[in-house]
Amino acid sequence: MNVVAPQSRRQFLKVSALAGGGLLIAIAVPAAGRFAEAAEATDTAAPFAPNAFLRITPDGRVTVVVGYSEMGQGVLTAVPMLVAEELDADWSMVHYEQAPSDPVYKNPIFGFQGTGGSTTVRASWQPMREAGATARAMLVAAAAQRWGAAPADCRTEAGRVLHTDGRSLGYGELANEAARQPVPAQVKLKDPQQFRILGQPHERLDTPVKIDGSGRFGIDVRVPGAYTAVLARPPVPGAKPVHWNADRARAMRGVKTVVEVPGGIAAVADGYWNAKKARDALEVKWDLGGNTAWSDQKIHEQFAANVEQPGVVARKVGDAPAVLGEKHDGRRLEAVYEVPYLAHACMEPMNATASVHADGIDIWGSVQAPGAIQQALSAAFHFKPEQIRVTTTLLGGGFGRRFGMDFIFDAAFVSKAIGAPVHVMYPREDDMRAQFYRPAALLKFSAVLDRQGQPVALRMNTACASIAKSASMPLRGGLDSFAVEGLTACPYRMPNLQIEWNESEPPYGVWFWRSVGHSQNIFFIEGIIDEMANAAGRDPYEYRRELLTQAPRYRNVLELAAEKAGWSTPPAPGRHRGIAVGESFGSYVAEVVEASVADDGSVKVHRVVCAVDCGRVVNPRIVERQMESAIVYGLSAALYGRISIEQGRVRESNFNDYPVLRMRETPTVEVHILPSTENPGGVGEPGLPPLAPALVNAIHAATGKRLRSLPIDPKSLKKA
Amino acid sequence: MYTLHLNGHVRSIDVSPDTPLLWVLRDTLNMTGTKFGCGAALCGACTVHLDGVPVRSCSIPISAAAGKRVTTIEAIGESAVGRAVQKAWLALDVPQCGYCQSGQIMSATALLQSKASPSDEDIDAAMSGNICRCGTYNQIRAAIKNAAADLAGGQHR
Ligand code: FES
Ligand code: FES
Repeated sequence: MNVVAPQSRRQFLKVSALAGGGLLIAIAVPAAGRFAEAAEATDTAAPFAPNAFLRITPDGRVTVVVGYSEMGQGVLTAVPMLVAEELDADWSMVHYEQAPSDPVYKNPIFGFQGTGGSTTVRASWQPMREAGATARAMLVAAAAQRWGAAPADCRTEAGRVLHTDGRSLGYGELANEAARQPVPAQVKLKDPQQFRILGQPHERLDTPVKIDGSGRFGIDVRVPGAYTAVLARPPVPGAKPVHWNADRARAMRGVKTVVEVPGGIAAVADGYWNAKKARDALEVKWDLGGNTAWSDQKIHEQFAANVEQPGVVARKVGDAPAVLGEKHDGRRLEAVYEVPYLAHACMEPMNATASVHADGIDIWGSVQAPGAIQQALSAAFHFKPEQIRVTTTLLGGGFGRRFGMDFIFDAAFVSKAIGAPVHVMYPREDDMRAQFYRPAALLKFSAVLDRQGQPVALRMNTACASIAKSASMPLRGGLDSFAVEGLTACPYRMPNLQIEWNESEPPYGVWFWRSVGHSQNIFFIEGIIDEMANAAGRDPYEYRRELLTQAPRYRNVLELAAEKAGWSTPPAPGRHRGIAVGESFGSYVAEVVEASVADDGSVKVHRVVCAVDCGRVVNPRIVERQMESAIVYGLSAALYGRISIEQGRVRESNFNDYPVLRMRETPTVEVHILPSTENPGGVGEPGLPPLAPALVNAIHAATGKRLRSLPIDPKSLKKA
Repeated sequence: MYTLHLNGHVRSIDVSPDTPLLWVLRDTLNMTGTKFGCGAALCGACTVHLDGVPVRSCSIPISAAAGKRVTTIEAIGESAVGRAVQKAWLALDVPQCGYCQSGQIMSATALLQSKASPSDEDIDAAMSGNICRCGTYNQIRAAIKNAAADLAGGQHR
């Protein structure tokens, strides 16, 4: 049983009557977690801002106002489910509404309004249930008052208050009186045994608008009087425009003007097509600056040199360097792993609409962090944060990319320059080359096993650029935790373990990409463990299992995945299996990949079996779909994903040279959820990291070849 | 001036001849259900029906579409097949972010209009031009089969 006293936990409830009648509940939550320090320093917002999470109108309709961004992960359903559970709402009467930008909607894990890091359910779990429970208590109080009864004789069910004597009233009938009840100082949350809505595979509330073209994404925003702009952007990091043919562009049909802004040279027109044609006609001459010598090779050489240096120590158990320096009679392993830059390639290219005017700035678009946009624009354009109003639409994919503000700033600067609202659009090629990439990274490991094949020492030294620095977040002790997450968590029994990071600084921008550092680091460590199992002559599943005796949540998902995949029985002829496990964002995921490799080296993935422990499950259907989504996304990256650099420029441009998985390549995916009473973990990202290592481990089983870099190179798998 | 028979209505448009149908729909006519993903016939987000055939509207200049019948996501529910496809999409909760789904539904409807009970290979062939970055392919496949079964049951006229 949970009893919470909102005020005592620095959570402030605010209740008011709605203009049109009804009940409205708002809550303010304190900041916590790694974003909090930075955020609290700049958070000038009032903690009692009158805003709402929940509205009940006299018609019985319950509207849950969701402050998180919907990018496919189901928050417009999951957050209403949390509120509805404790409210004892009639689920068929529950609706969502996307919240405006307001500090009241800040993500308590970040300290600002934003969606990412698979945080929504974890951040909402307590406050949103409390918002529902508070409203429920007030509805009960209103009914008891009307009946002259004791609240203890009343209970709630499916949108009604029921008295023991059989009388009952709907929430809608009670809404006005409930709004006049005092806010309870304490609310009691349900014992999870009593959950009726949470844990059910409810249909998503946002599906109807996504099947008839009516859902509004950022790209669909139409502001009266707005122009469309497409920018010519620096082809090499740091390049400066020297000359461009503005007159030629201005003379073109539909073109309003050409303006220079920090992001590049903007062609402004009456719509996308004319703006893009004008942009292409600008013939910008660039001073390319000092970065034209960069190439994949140069980046690789820099990383390879970095990892020969001692790095910032991220985790140390025993003394791995000393043990590795001694003589051993067991096996010694040493190798280098490497991954490239990756683009998010969200289905909706980056775009935003801005209107900069005397009273502030209005932004409309597909954004993950309206709170961060308010802070950043207020600083850059000298407004108060509350003068920056951000309207969040549906997002056509996010994956971390829409935490970025490049497109927001472009829109704001162009709007300011032309004195009118503007919709800045990235053609796909601009989106692909915008350099908000998953960092390229290299890792060198050295290990020794004892004569029984058990690991004695493991040292891993990785080099990559710092996402924290890109996002203006502080490093702790010189360490960017994003660079080593997934390594530092190493759950395997390892008497001597050392993990180091060397910051490396090629000039290409790095950013949060679905599962962030886990995306490369779990690939590294799960490949390394497989190599150890091979060297020990052991079954890779059994070997992991034995090394995970102290890590039950890892071990449980590993066992479940192996069991469901039929690990103990051979796969169909020609197919081979690989396994991997990892934790990220509080959830534990193991995957078994079944793949075959043809004589020409081409790889086909037939089946992926996934086991997940994400703590308490809000909506199992959404959990399954998110696992599958991350598996498909991870498989795209493992098979094809690579942003490459040539003469300082990004080579890839569109889906022809940055291919992603299509239907005919998609494996069957089976997801098994491990029942758990732990607090909820994230689900948007944790399905991704185990996919690539499970696949290369399957390829090793198929061919005996150990792939240590991504994407998978079929040429290296070709039969001689 | 160009004329389109758009979702059963005649529309006249004054744009330059190279303007892709996609931008006529989205910017000139303010019909934003049809999406932009790549601009190069690589992703399928912009799929519409031109005289009943699925095409990538980002790569069809208005001069080539003029005079033809255009059906978009906004009106696809007016056909029995389109309605069954939308119903299956809803029943299986196919969309995640939803951005690719207009194009997916247009491609799936065209497939079922030409082949009442498509095989897995038929589905692969018809749908592999439509990218979904959220990875809803298995749900799309299931929903197409579901819609085909539903239509075969004769519920839709
Ligand atoms: S936008 Fe037309 S196929 Fe991608
Ligand atoms: S549902 Fe998001 S791209 Fe398909």
